[in-house]
Amino acid sequence: MKCGIVVFPGSNCDHDCYHILKHILNQETHWLWHKEEANLESFDLIVLPGGFSYGDYLRAGAIARFSPIMNSIIGFAKAGGKVLGICNGFQVLLESNLLPGALIQNQSRKFICKNVSVRVENLDTPFTRLCGENRVLEIPIAHHQGSYYIDPFSLNELEEKGQILFRYCDTEGNISAESNPNGSVGSVAGLTNEQKNVMGMMPHPERCADPQLAGTDGQIIFQSLISNF
Amino acid sequence: MDKPEKNRPGPEITPQIVKEHGLTVEEFRRILDLIGRPPNLTELGIFSVMWSEHCSYKSSRPYLRKLPVEGPNVLQGPGENAGVIDIGDGLAVAFKIESHNHPSFIEPRQGAATGVGGIMRDIFTMGARPIALLNSLRFGELDEPRTRFLLHGVVDGISSYGNCTGVPTVGGEIYFDACYNGNILVNAFCLGLVKADRIFLAGAGGVGNQILYVGSKTGRDGIHGASLLASSEFDETTEEKRPTVQVGDPFTEKLLIEACLELFGCDWVVGVQDMGAAGLTSSSFEMAHRAETGVFMDLSKVPLREEGMIPYEILLSESQERMLFVVKPGHEDEALAILDKWGLDAAIIGEVIEEPCVRIQFEGQEVVNLPIIPVVDGALDLKRPAERPGYLDEVVHISLTEFPDFTRGDRALKKLLACPNIASKEWVYEQYDHMVRLNTLVLPGSDAAVLRIKDTNKAIAISVDCNSRYCYLDPYEGAAIAVAEACRNVVCSGAKPIGLTNCLNFGNPEKPEIMWQFQQAVEGMGDACRFFDIPVVSGNVSLYNETKGVAIYPTPTVAVVGLIEDQRKVMTQGFKKSGDRIALIGFTMEELGGTEYLKVMFDRSEGKPPVLDRKHEKQVQDFCRKLIQEGLISSAHDCSEGGLAIAVAESCFSPGCQTLGATLTLDSTLRNDTLLFGETQSRIVISFPEERINEIEDLAMAFPVDFSLIGKVGGSHFTITVNGKEVVKQEIEVLKEIWKTSLGNYAGQTT
Repeated sequence: MKCGIVVFPGSNCDHDCYHILKHILNQETHWLWHKEEANLESFDLIVLPGGFSYGDYLRAGAIARFSPIMNSIIGFAKAGGKVLGICNGFQVLLESNLLPGALIQNQSRKFICKNVSVRVENLDTPFTRLCGENRVLEIPIAHHQGSYYIDPFSLNELEEKGQILFRYCDTEGNISAESNPNGSVGSVAGLTNEQKNVMGMMPHPERCADPQLAGTDGQIIFQSLISNF
Repeated sequence: MDKPEKNRPGPEITPQIVKEHGLTVEEFRRILDLIGRPPNLTELGIFSVMWSEHCSYKSSRPYLRKLPVEGPNVLQGPGENAGVIDIGDGLAVAFKIESHNHPSFIEPRQGAATGVGGIMRDIFTMGARPIALLNSLRFGELDEPRTRFLLHGVVDGISSYGNCTGVPTVGGEIYFDACYNGNILVNAFCLGLVKADRIFLAGAGGVGNQILYVGSKTGRDGIHGASLLASSEFDETTEEKRPTVQVGDPFTEKLLIEACLELFGCDWVVGVQDMGAAGLTSSSFEMAHRAETGVFMDLSKVPLREEGMIPYEILLSESQERMLFVVKPGHEDEALAILDKWGLDAAIIGEVIEEPCVRIQFEGQEVVNLPIIPVVDGALDLKRPAERPGYLDEVVHISLTEFPDFTRGDRALKKLLACPNIASKEWVYEQYDHMVRLNTLVLPGSDAAVLRIKDTNKAIAISVDCNSRYCYLDPYEGAAIAVAEACRNVVCSGAKPIGLTNCLNFGNPEKPEIMWQFQQAVEGMGDACRFFDIPVVSGNVSLYNETKGVAIYPTPTVAVVGLIEDQRKVMTQGFKKSGDRIALIGFTMEELGGTEYLKVMFDRSEGKPPVLDRKHEKQVQDFCRKLIQEGLISSAHDCSEGGLAIAVAESCFSPGCQTLGATLTLDSTLRNDTLLFGETQSRIVISFPEERINEIEDLAMAFPVDFSLIGKVGGSHFTITVNGKEVVKQEIEVLKEIWKTSLGNYAGQTT
């Protein structure tokens, strides 16, 4: 799988994504600089990493969507290319209208960094195909604006079309207000577009994919992607 | 203060102006002697910051010379932006801790944020990539009206700044005590990784080399932050000093890190220094001083945030996220191209000259012409009088008979677990990104933070520590204990201590009692470092930590860095398995002075702090490290505040481990309170599988070191039996809940 990792000014999980894809999973991995449009035809996966693009002084991701590279990525996604946005990358995908809804401040109004459980809701996507039935994954979150919001009508539509991929849950897979760390509607932690080729998620799978660190549940998302090619 | 006129000649320097600049009449006379003429107002401003306590260390320097700074692996000791220690494999770590106390009290969010930013710049100016942040925070008592506001502000500041730059905040400590009601402490630590042969120094060498200004534009913020804010105590006018607090921009800092690390890869970069306290002034003078050169600068070329700024303001501004580089001529365009790539402002503003002066021009006129040495080295070391404070006679003598012993310890245990100095700091560290960069092997909540060094087998352990109550009761012993305990913490994670940095927070040095505390603490720290063979490679002194004449407890915070040769042999404090045996390395003495127990149960901060037997301490540490290296044990946890009972309870519910109960069966002639909650030094609680008992006992005999089996892991309760009588029995989940939620509950309450 040929991967491209976008570097916005302020990206700070770019090196972590690179480390996992290149050194742990041995995939061909390249950097993509935000200032230039790029020909992405030969790429299989584009990753928008976590961080604070442009400082996130406005809304998270609001400036990054205007980067030249985003024109190329929007074209790539429209043509069916696979795009994974993690944390700030998810925020950029929403701001770019590649995914529906918005991410607002956590209910606690605080940054939250901790391990959480998420339940995989749809196995029939390129991002989750290896996850197994009712699988609960332990993946860390680290964000300040991670509370997903969308109107109830659209939320229903997302559910019906199988676009919700991850929901926050407890270790048994039960969904409740207590297991929702940031107040996201429907406990949504990650979703995909209708075509199922663009995915955004707040938890950081790259933080639990190196066997030397605690937990490797995040690997399964990257493995699922690799298995498409 | 009146703004000086734009063009020379400036206003006449009156005694009033000298005073407003924080300089004494003697100091002003010395300036006249040294430069042979009256300084103009801009030059006076330069002397005022460079001779301030904060920049010149004039009260503390004579004592600091007594600290051991050398060692076989020390690549850079004190005097540069940070200390550097060789860790093998061609790599080195650069680290330092620094205070940002006064700004954080006035404006907690920005004060703490810029403290983090400043210490990070100190690290990456050495050529190192910052990989870990820690901090030591001290707030007033919980009932003090401002405490909650300050706690939220400081944590938010650290969180917003550190998280944005992508450097994980992996550990630290927080204490609450009434002595910090009027003067909180925010000490920020940063550690970076650098190739041992690519360390950059802050010298402006090579006549003709170009001076390159990099980073944020210069604004009117932070003028006199170092001289007037950090170098005097607080009083009623403190609020008015808010404009001297700088405002941080972590996004620019992140870009600066990346751009600077890229620049460091170029062989035409000669030197670099952060524009921290005293901004462009200190960076230019100090860089020239180190290289024994001079510097010419044209302030008209400095990127400015607003129009109409005069040289006085440009030179003294403490705008954040700025660096001064020295590059070889002919490479200016390459440098500017790299900085443009990262979207940073940059400009060539001058060059290195032979004459040992700093000459500064503005709009075609020379506005400053000062010799280097008088400015940098001219402040006289002050021989401030020191005298043992009278309070000591009142507080150190206590009789245990005043404090009735208990037959059941349940209530005390619960109260201690709920006390914010002992309770879980989860509410705080969950707000810090402690995982980014994928190096954090031991997450916050254990004795020390542990980070792997990628592409090697090694890991680094870091602990920040100081019990200031001990230091108040005996500054010599307290400082020695801070060193011993920080070492013990890194040893409990499997590391060998390799270096130390300190942040010496004290009251007003003009008072003989404060100088005595300072002198005692530095001696205690120096003696302990010599004994444990740990070099002090960097540090910071913060004086005048008092408000309306009331000083903080002496707080000589230390951060110890340890090296783990084998990443697979990292130890944590949590019990791992039901059925494991629990043992204590070291022994408990009848000591209760200065304990958290006396404070929480009787509201007394009195008595003699625990005695530190350094030789014994070293044996305990060596033994523990040996057990870890041999792979014999499952957990190791330092016994500190709250004593044995708290240490075991913490091992029962450590973050990252499953919650397990424990049963302790103790035989002792000591009082129950001292046995359970006394804070005797040199003790470590370990656990290990049953079948290892003989092997470990044999090792302990051979070492020799005091060692006793005290209990067993397992069950749903924490039970302590002393001489056959049950003293504590509590459900472990109940205790955990108290410990885990206490600080968050406090923080979440609205007043």
